[in-house]
Parts: sequence; C-alpha cells; structure tokens
Amino acid sequence: MTAISDNTARSTSSPYGEAIRQALYAALLSAGLFFFFIGLESTQDISNRLILRSHWGVLATVVALVAIGRFLFIAFVLPAVDRRRANRGPIAVVAEKDQSFLRRHRFKIMIALLVLYPVIIVSTVGMQGSLKWVNNFGVQVLIYVMLAWGLNIVVGLAGLLDLGYVAFYAVGAYAYALLGTHFGLSFWILLPAAGIMAAFWGVLLGFPVLRLRGDYLAIVTLAFGEIIRLVLINWRDVTKGSAGISGIPKITFFGWFDFNVSSPNYIGKVFDIPTSGAYYTIFLYYLILALALLTAFVTIRLRRLPVGRAWEALREDEIACRSLGINTTNTKLTAFAIGAMFGGFAGAFFAARQGFINPESFVFLQSAIILAIVVLGGMGSLSGIAIAALVMIGGMEILREMQFLKLVFGQNFTPELYRMLLFGIAMVVVMVWKPRGFVGSREPTAYLKEARAVSSTFTKEGHG
Amino acid sequence: MAGTNLQTPILQVDHLSMKFGGLVAIGDLSFTAPRGEITALIGPNGAGKTTVFNCITGFYKPTEGMITMTRASGEKFLLERMPDFQITAKAKVARTFQNIRLFSGMTVLENLLVAQHNALMRASGFTVLGLLGLGGYKDASRASIEKAVYWLEKADLMDRADDPAGDLSYGAQRRLEIARAMCTGPELLCLDEPAAGLNPKESLALNELLLGIRRDSGTSILLIEHDMAVVMEISDHVVVLEYGRKISDGSPASVRSDPKVIAAYLGVDDEEVGDVLVEVGDTSVIEELDGVAPVAQGPAETSSMFEGPIADTVEEAGGETIVPASPAASKAAQVEAETAAKSPVEPKGPAQ
Repeated sequence: MTAISDNTARSTSSPYGEAIRQALYAALLSAGLFFFFIGLESTQDISNRLILRSHWGVLATVVALVAIGRFLFIAFVLPAVDRRRANRGPIAVVAEKDQSFLRRHRFKIMIALLVLYPVIIVSTVGMQGSLKWVNNFGVQVLIYVMLAWGLNIVVGLAGLLDLGYVAFYAVGAYAYALLGTHFGLSFWILLPAAGIMAAFWGVLLGFPVLRLRGDYLAIVTLAFGEIIRLVLINWRDVTKGSAGISGIPKITFFGWFDFNVSSPNYIGKVFDIPTSGAYYTIFLYYLILALALLTAFVTIRLRRLPVGRAWEALREDEIACRSLGINTTNTKLTAFAIGAMFGGFAGAFFAARQGFINPESFVFLQSAIILAIVVLGGMGSLSGIAIAALVMIGGMEILREMQFLKLVFGQNFTPELYRMLLFGIAMVVVMVWKPRGFVGSREPTAYLKEARAVSSTFTKEGHG
Repeated sequence: MAGTNLQTPILQVDHLSMKFGGLVAIGDLSFTAPRGEITALIGPNGAGKTTVFNCITGFYKPTEGMITMTRASGEKFLLERMPDFQITAKAKVARTFQNIRLFSGMTVLENLLVAQHNALMRASGFTVLGLLGLGGYKDASRASIEKAVYWLEKADLMDRADDPAGDLSYGAQRRLEIARAMCTGPELLCLDEPAAGLNPKESLALNELLLGIRRDSGTSILLIEHDMAVVMEISDHVVVLEYGRKISDGSPASVRSDPKVIAAYLGVDDEEVGDVLVEVGDTSVIEELDGVAPVAQGPAETSSMFEGPIADTVEEAGGETIVPASPAASKAAQVEAETAAKSPVEPKGPAQ
C-alpha cells in the first residue's frame, strides 16, 4: 500500500523522469533474466560438437519491449488509473444522467455496422479479397455468437450447466444434410425441421437429467454430447461414419435465384453480374446475421414473458420457484428445448455453408468453446456474449494473420499452433479482471420508475 | 370470525405422521386451522413444526395421515397426494421459508411478478401468443404489475421496487417474502418464523401486515413462531407441539396457562410445575426462555424418576429400530402422568 502511494506521489511530481528510471531498471532486470533464456542457445552440429549460438537481436527486442512497456505503464497507465479512481463517484452520476448519443443507440449502431460490414469489406479489398474477411471473420464469428446465445438460454438464464450443447448443433447439421441429400428438400423447409428435431432431442435429454444438479448434470450432458457423436461415427448406414456426408445442397434464395454457376437461375445470370464465389459467402453472412438476430430477439422477448422470468427464478432458487406454483420440470424442459432449437438452426446453417460434414466438427472442444464464450461474456448478457465470441473466435482467426510474429519468434513459428495457449491466457486474464464476464450485471425485465442494472454480487450462477 | 362455526375448517390435518428412517419427527398429529383466522403452531426447537409445514406444502410426503384443504369454493384437496408446485397453483396454499428464499438477483418487482407465473403463463398463451405479441398478454402484464404494486405498498417496499431483492435489509426481505407469497393469490398462507431476527419495531410492522392480510384479503394464516409477543398478539388459535406430538390446542390464553405447555417450554422438574404455575400470569417468563434449547432435552434431566425403561428409548419393532422422539424427556408427558396419578395438582394459578 505504501509503495503504491509512494509511486503515485512521485509520478505526480515528474512522471516522465520516474518512468524512464523505472524503464531502465526493468530493462536491466529483463536483460539479466533473458540473457540465458533467449540470448544464448546451445546446439549440436553434425559432428556432435556443442555450439553456442547467440540471438542478440531477439534479446534486444524483448528487452526493449519490456522497457517500453514499463515506461508506458508508469508514465500513462498509472496516472490514468489514479485519475479515474479519484473521479469515480461524480463521473458515474454524470454518465447516468447525460448519456451520449453513441451510448444510447449502441445496439442500433452495432447492428447497422454488422449489416454494412460486407459492403465495407467489398469496397475496400474487392470482391475476391472479401471472401476471407466475410467468411472467416463474419460468418465464423456469427455462428458462434448464435450458438452461444442459444446456450445462454440454458446456462445463463436457467442456470443449467450443459456441457453437451454441441450435440444439438450436430443434430441440426445432420438433419439438414441427410434430409437435403436424400430427399432434396429446400433449406427453408429443413431449417425449422432441424430446429424442431434438435428441440426434440433437447427434451429427450432434459427428461432424465431433470433431477440432477450441478456437477452431476454437467457430467450427464457431457456424456450425452459424446453419445450423439459416437452414434454419428458408428451408424455407418445412415451417417456414413467418419467419412461424413458431402454434396450437401447449397441454399437458394427462396427459389428465386441460387448460387450454382451451372444452374439456369444462377445469381449472375438473373442479375446480369459477373460470376463470383463471393456472392454466396455474402448471402450466407446475411443469413447467419438474420438467424443470430432472431435468436437475440426471441431471447429478449422470452425474458419479459413469464417463462423467461421463471428461468431466471429457477437459476436463483429452485425451491422458492416450486413454492410459488411454478412447474420446474416444464420450465427446465422448455429451456433445454429452446436452447437446443437454436443450436439446431445453427447446425443446419453450418451444414449448408460447409457443404460437407463429419463427426469431427462436433467434438467436446466445440461445446467447451461455446460454454467458454458464454462464461467469458457474462452469463445471461447478450452483448457481453457477442463481444466474447468476437474476441475468442475472431481472435483465433486474427492469429493466422499475424505474420509479423515470425520476425520476433523465428521463421518456424506458426501462430495458429499457439492459439489454444493464447486463448487460455486470455481467459485467465479476463477472469481475474472481470470474474463474472465482460458484462456481469443483469438488466431487469420490468421496472416501476427506472431500470437499474442488477449488480453481479446479487445474481447467482445456478447449480442445477 | 363470524360464521366460522358453520364453515368447514380451511385446513384439516388428520393423524399425520412423518418418519425419517427410524426417527419419528411427527407422530399422529391432528389439528384444524379455522377459516379466516390466524393459527399459530408453536413448540420448542426440534418439535417438528417445520416438518408439519413441509408436509402441508408438499416438500415432504408424509408417512401416514391425511391433510385436507377446503377452498372457499368448497373444493377439497388432499395435499399429501399433490406435487408441491400444484399445492400452490391449485389448492392455493402459499408459504415462506425459515431461511429467506428470495430471488436475490432479481428486482423486488420481478420477485412479485414471478409469483404470478401461472396466471401470466395462461395470459401469454403458454408463451406462444406472448412471443408473437398476440392475445391479452399486455393487459395481463399490466394487471400483474398493479397487483405487485398493491402488495409493495402493503409491505412498505414501494421505494425499493427496482432494487435487487438481495440488497434489502433483513426485515424488508421478510416482508417481501410474505408479499411474494400473497401474489400467488393464496387462501391459506403458511409463514415459517416470519418474526425471526426482526427488531421490535419491525416485528410490530409485521403484526400489522399479517392482521391486514387477514382483514383485507380474508386469507387464513398458519404461522410458526418463536416470538411469543407475536403469537399472543395476533393469533386466534394456537397449537403446541412437543417431540412431534400435539400437547395443547386452543386459544392463546388457554394455551398460555396449560401446565403441559409450560413444562415443555421451561423444562422444569415436576415438583416445580406448581411454582411455575403461580408465575404463569407473567408471560415474560416464557418469552425469556423461548428460543433457548429446552432443558428437557439435556442429559441431566433424564435422571428424573419418571424416566422410562431403556426399552422405551430404543425399541425393537418388526426388525427395524424405531427411536421415538424421546418421550422420556418430554416434560409434557411427565405432567400428564403426574396429573393422572394424583388429583389435579395446583389449581391455585391466577384466574385467566
């Protein structure tokens, strides 16, 4: 405590001199530490002689980074933190009363940005260059946003820990893939069918696990996810096992035009525009955006209906729920079913987008990532979850682009291989910084005078 | 009170028994709760009061016995056969808990809206119509908020309506729990120690609230309470339990002077019952000792000459060990035995 106040007192008198001094110390310390770790490397040559190789350039880079980091921290970050701490009280009151335009309309602005995203990308990097950005970032992130919003109903609202959510994703994907390839049904018929199918399996899972709570529930749902995957692998007659199903039909625009170059209704022919693969990607982007927004809309709507309130009440206290005449069995089943339904929608979309699916896409890691997004975003909060999906999934994709890391860590460094490590570090950092996720507070569903967010100190995570 | 004699009691408990393994928590308990009255269920710690509540509200399934709830419409419900949530939804019995169970992460208003779940569920067409924005959900929603506001005013929580329930003070949480139970529209309200942990002022406000509920909504109240000031003040009818058995039943005044009740609460030796009876007029004796574990359960007391044989405490019956809730230690039983043996001991107590 005294050290901190000492620091601040000094930094107010001459922040830059102090910062330079501290940066020098940090540089010295890191040079001493990293001298052997990074600066020297012992290898053997062909005749088994031990050779000492030096990496002075890398060592210098690391030491310089440490020094700069320390300088910036002391000179700018600490004073900023102090200033904020000192002004916290009055600022909060002012912010509440005088909300800026951006803050009041932040959701509308976000949605407008999402709608304009493909346009911006196409106009900056061109039709062909947009493929990567729209597909890898836009569509990929939005699929996870939708999945996480679906799981949010089960985990975030109803407080039922579900580790097998990917099973419903798989059910939706296989429902579309099988019915689409065998019967040639349209995506627009099979989308609701896939949702209903997944909801059915959600209820089926729900029944046996209704009595389980906490760890036991988590284990059974985990097992359920694995059962579905193993069935998909081993039921070769229907699912073609690990070989997967290929040639899944593309989505058409309600039969008006489609995206097969050879078809007479190809979009290029209908609108007389040049042939490009980017149309389908952009179409998929808008489709998944619409599906994700539907999920958000339904979730927001449901929260204000009695069933949504009952879910949250169930998360807070199940016994009290029953004492108020709420049928907790049905309430849990609806949470499972509706959460699973959105997983099914996302699955059908996934199958249509990939054109090929096999059980490898539905491993436990997927469930874990989706759950991690929900927890990181703040359970129950749609905006927090969207940010978390962007950070986690978008961040993974961004890593591929970070070729400059090769300059630091050598040519053999492939950043993608380290993504899980970075992912883990990011999660630990976020959980230390914000233990209840990006958005820990909860918006009330009804109010008399003013809607005040409920602090995360009062909400519960649920245990069943 | 008028006309209650002609009416059937709202709740009738017949030969209720609840055994946990070999432990008899309630043994052959019968009592009735008259309609439109406040019935208090009292007794020393561990007497089985909360167990009776849990049986009535369906959280336990009783081993034996029948619990009949008669609604104002004349409909009869056998509570021991119903799942817990239907007891509230259909038979209109609501309850509160000894350790407050609020939805702490939801606002005070939301807590009261959750309590109106079933009515709102029907109004929203079981979610489907409500989701599409069809049907009368909007009106029902407005009505539910009005009902919540009514109870917020009654419970004096209007200015806290938009705060999280977990942020309220202890006394306010108690009042909110009662308001929440009332929002389910019950005909019988079961309160498990509503005055526990309240200061005298809050306790007084609680009395007002409960009397107001009985007066304005006609709801009958069944009450577990340790705070004798509350019990004697507001209840019309008192049932006293000891070791899962009823030892007294009647008006507050008659129960207060019942030697068995005094013995149960104070755990005095039989010779001293008479001396205590002299002091009966002074209710503070009871109040002072209430809440303290009855001395009757202490081992020192078992040296009484009235202690039963060992076979009395652990009894082999049909292969399973049954441990009756220690009748040997029951002071009420001792008094009973004594009064049976000798002629009525001390009728010299003060006139009631």
